[in-house]
Amino acid sequence: MIKIEDVHKSFGDEEILKGITTEFDKGKTNLIIGQSGSGKTVLLKCLIGLFKPEQGRIYYEDRAIQDMDDEKQRQLREEIGMLFQGGALFDSMNIEENVMFPLRMFTKQKKADMVDRVNQVLKRVNLENVNKKFPAEISGGMQKRVSIARAIVNKPKFLFCDEPNSGLDPKTATLIDTLIQDITHENNITTIVVTHDMNSVMEIGEKVVLLKQGKLVWQGTNQEIFKTDNEDVTSFVYSSDLFKKIREVQLKEG
Amino acid sequence: MKYLQDIGSYFLMLKKVFGSFTKTSVLRHLIFKEINDLIVSSLGIVAFISFFVGGVVAIQTALNMDNPIIPDSLIGFATRQSVILEFAPTFISIIMAGKVGSFITSSIGSMRVTEQIDALEVMGINSLNYLVFPKIVALMFYPFVIVLSMFLGVFGGYVAGVYGGFTSSSDFISGVQQDFIPYQLFYAFFKTFVFAFILATVPSWQGFYMKGGSLEVGKASTNSFVWTSVLIIGANYIITQLLLSS
Repeated sequence: MIKIEDVHKSFGDEEILKGITTEFDKGKTNLIIGQSGSGKTVLLKCLIGLFKPEQGRIYYEDRAIQDMDDEKQRQLREEIGMLFQGGALFDSMNIEENVMFPLRMFTKQKKADMVDRVNQVLKRVNLENVNKKFPAEISGGMQKRVSIARAIVNKPKFLFCDEPNSGLDPKTATLIDTLIQDITHENNITTIVVTHDMNSVMEIGEKVVLLKQGKLVWQGTNQEIFKTDNEDVTSFVYSSDLFKKIREVQLKEG
Repeated sequence: MKYLQDIGSYFLMLKKVFGSFTKTSVLRHLIFKEINDLIVSSLGIVAFISFFVGGVVAIQTALNMDNPIIPDSLIGFATRQSVILEFAPTFISIIMAGKVGSFITSSIGSMRVTEQIDALEVMGINSLNYLVFPKIVALMFYPFVIVLSMFLGVFGGYVAGVYGGFTSSSDFISGVQQDFIPYQLFYAFFKTFVFAFILATVPSWQGFYMKGGSLEVGKASTNSFVWTSVLIIGANYIITQLLLSS
């Protein structure tokens, strides 16, 4: 579980996050949604420690990140897996070396054991026989799956995903979403996904947090999001023609 | 004001480079990789340039000696002095600022743009130590490149001078041996170490703190070459003043 209390973050005179308070549940896929510029990526970067909030507290289970010294923060980061928007795979390493990287850095396992674990997680993300290829030699969807494999190889307690299906075709995007949710349930980890994709909300949004102009304006489940009358939610959800038409059909059917 | 901020940020970067260290086995692998990328891969171009510039120095000296009382051994002497004191340590370093410096800036800058540096940070790795420290260690082998440059520069002068008919082999060798002051080698290698440190850290700073996309990576590489060259030339002046002017 991750809890945040009254988090504020500014860049210069511009306040990006204006007092966010919420909880992200363990064993669930928690989604942070909102329009571009709503502050969701900034919130994610505050959560993983890449940005330091000016005010507020962030708790990993019962540990406040603000109370940790550098060494404790470093140890906490070993418990974190992160899937970046572009994959962020290391260009100079092949797929096997990329996935093995956290094991090489933080464990004392033998090479053979590390290779076994790499093969295991690559199989879990439905990738086989790509070990010796380089990131540039595989598709965007495969890169995302390799990135997921790297994020989970060291058995993290917390998984963060920044726009995991951006730039992917709808079928591959669904595959990635489902994979993230399955991994979350299998390993009982706290997963936080930043997205603006309503398909992801429908498929995997076990808890959804909506940000607007740096404020948390709504939170609930993906079932509740279609029932609420909250104006901010409806204007975000029904901004696409597809969902507008679904809404019209729903209203016609009463 | 921005320059002051940049200078401060450069020194803060150096502090972080020597902060929390990466696992030794990983670091060892990275250092060997950097030695290959930065040192070994530069040997060819350094050898080519040194040989021919040494030859040109010998020919220019020979062609400008009008006075018959000046001995032919001056060609070897002038070649040795030019190559050892300035050409090899300083001008090869300027060339390396273009080759190695741009490579360092663009590789680190690309990692910044594609969030690879963020990935390292999220994993709890000191990204500056991981990326910059191996480059500093690798470039401590840079004096070997300069030794090669010195040797090939003088050898190029010999080939051009002797086989071009400007001097005899014995005159050239006698010129090379004439008035040799070992302290000048100390001066040359002292400044080589300083330039090596500049070559490793200034382009790294440019790449690590760049903002923007791929276009900015190109701009950062250009800035990297300009500032590395400026600092090498500035450091060369100061070191020469301090070590040779007494």
